[in-house]
Amino acid sequence: MTPEGHALEEPPPRPPLIGPGHTFGSITDKISAIVLERRRTPLAWFIGFGIGFVLFLVLMVSITNLLLRGIGIWGPNTPVAWGFGIINFVWWIGIGHAGTLISAILLLLRQTWRQSINRFAEAMTLFAVAAAGLYPLLHVGRPWLDYWLFPYPNTMGMWPNFRSPLIWDVFAVSTYATVSLLFWYVGLIPDLATLRDRSENRAGRAVYGMLAMGWRGSARHWHRYELASLLLAGLATPLVVSVHTIVSFDFAVGIVPGWHATIFPPYFVAGAIYAGFAMVLTLAIPLRRIYGLQDFITMQHLNYMGRIVLATGLVVAYGYTMEAFMAWYSGNIYEQFMMINRFTGPYRYMYWSLLACNVVAPQALWFQRVRSSTIALMVICMFVNVGMWLERYIIIVVSLSADFMPSSWGLFTGTRWDWSMYVGTIGLFLTLFFLFIRFLPMISIFEMRTMLPEAKVEEESAA
Amino acid sequence: MRQRPPIYGLMAEFSDLGELVHATRTAHESGYRHMDAYTPVPVEELGELLAGHRSHLPLLVLLGGILGGIAGFALCYWTSVIDFPINVGGRPFNSWPSFIPITFECTVLGAALVTVLGLLALNGLPMPYHPVFNVPRFALSSRDRFFLCIEAEDPLFDREETRRFLERLVPRQVSEVDH
Repeated sequence: MTPEGHALEEPPPRPPLIGPGHTFGSITDKISAIVLERRRTPLAWFIGFGIGFVLFLVLMVSITNLLLRGIGIWGPNTPVAWGFGIINFVWWIGIGHAGTLISAILLLLRQTWRQSINRFAEAMTLFAVAAAGLYPLLHVGRPWLDYWLFPYPNTMGMWPNFRSPLIWDVFAVSTYATVSLLFWYVGLIPDLATLRDRSENRAGRAVYGMLAMGWRGSARHWHRYELASLLLAGLATPLVVSVHTIVSFDFAVGIVPGWHATIFPPYFVAGAIYAGFAMVLTLAIPLRRIYGLQDFITMQHLNYMGRIVLATGLVVAYGYTMEAFMAWYSGNIYEQFMMINRFTGPYRYMYWSLLACNVVAPQALWFQRVRSSTIALMVICMFVNVGMWLERYIIIVVSLSADFMPSSWGLFTGTRWDWSMYVGTIGLFLTLFFLFIRFLPMISIFEMRTMLPEAKVEEESAA
Repeated sequence: MRQRPPIYGLMAEFSDLGELVHATRTAHESGYRHMDAYTPVPVEELGELLAGHRSHLPLLVLLGGILGGIAGFALCYWTSVIDFPINVGGRPFNSWPSFIPITFECTVLGAALVTVLGLLALNGLPMPYHPVFNVPRFALSSRDRFFLCIEAEDPLFDREETRRFLERLVPRQVSEVDH
């Protein structure tokens, strides 16, 4: 066979993205039954929701105590004035980015495998942004004056300082939350109509009916709907990149060693996607098991996500390498000291753990065998979730604890209220997520239908 | 004023998407214009047949984005240069590069809001009542059935003639849609 002939050969067919034997009806019934048939709510849901809700109550206690006693109950103090509040803010908002990536960028790239994971990944985005948003709102010290963050005409005759990255953050995060919510809601409308039509009780018909806004599947509506989805995807793509870029400006604009680097925006965006995909996998693996969704979220999906985790993990590893290289190459003693301090200073255990979690652990994903084992994937993703938290810890705490003047150095440790807030936001996230999978279709029903051969037009009768 | 027709239209139900597209095309070729197809999935061919003209949505979104961007920059400029000029780190009052992030975010926000509101407005949603829901089997249109409704407003519409026309397309059934 000539080389040319070889090149023309068809590539081996890819494994299907949907289990065999499904029809429009079976997909609709299977996904909507999770929401509509109360008797089928699995025990695991009650356990998961229970844990989430208990942790959510921990959050309520933590916030109450914070409001009563002030942020002195948290660890940050001069010189480390940013602690868990900012670490967790960046961690959560980074996690959220995978949802937008899946629903927007993969839509533009016509990756059809996104269609069974986009709905719950977008929900994950919303809830992660909600958890993230709590931190800066509470960190300001007097949360009841949070509206001062927004520009509004006031009796003081003052305006926010628009040259500050912190006000950029206000705009970036609130825009991101709004657009994510809109995108998610628009995606839900046809499925809400399905739930309205299939609900057997009055309350269900009324609530889903109102939310569906009278959607009737008209061809003219679908035409505009598809157009609007593409437009929203096109808008959300630069938005998601800009949000984490602006989050990285919070650091990069400051002249603190280890922060003042041009690599920060791309490195933060890659880290966000990395953390986010790890979290999508962390959620998807138990979900498909508990709800028997292996037909819709196949091993092929997990395989693809594993590859994205590996690819973005390599970008993140490149970021770490460049940070170290630039610290040396800059010739700046403060930058050089910061880097040595990371490797050998008081926080060295965290830095080495970070490298183990974020650089070493994902290398296992090069192997097909690892990517096709749900347990291995789950373990690696847990490493990444922890590693990305440690990354933010190192960036914030190491740089602030020992900057220019040794006389003003100081160490930071989280207090028990720091930890209870963190655990509490995990509770908020889990509570919202479990409510979502109970009351809304966690997989996009109409997008799953479009993947079937039934959705292709074959006008045989026209002949 | 024209008298309201006694029914909203006639609706044919199909169990196969190809049949629906064929039926819609035949109806279009026979001169029917006031009609709509209802499907559980988006169908490109039907959009081309029924929506016809290009949508105004992209233009509206562009305008929304431009307006949002101008508003974002104007907010930064007016507050930092005119209403409350204050020296921050020796930068000029109009330190426009630091206004770019907010300008960008407002551009995206304006465009996205117009996309969603425009989608709903052009589609006439929310719509609390629509006659097609009077056909009991129409609930299946959000599951696995395909419907074509020829509306009584159409000049060619005739209760008997149109019913015979639809029945020739071998649907599962044809039903009258009450107002």
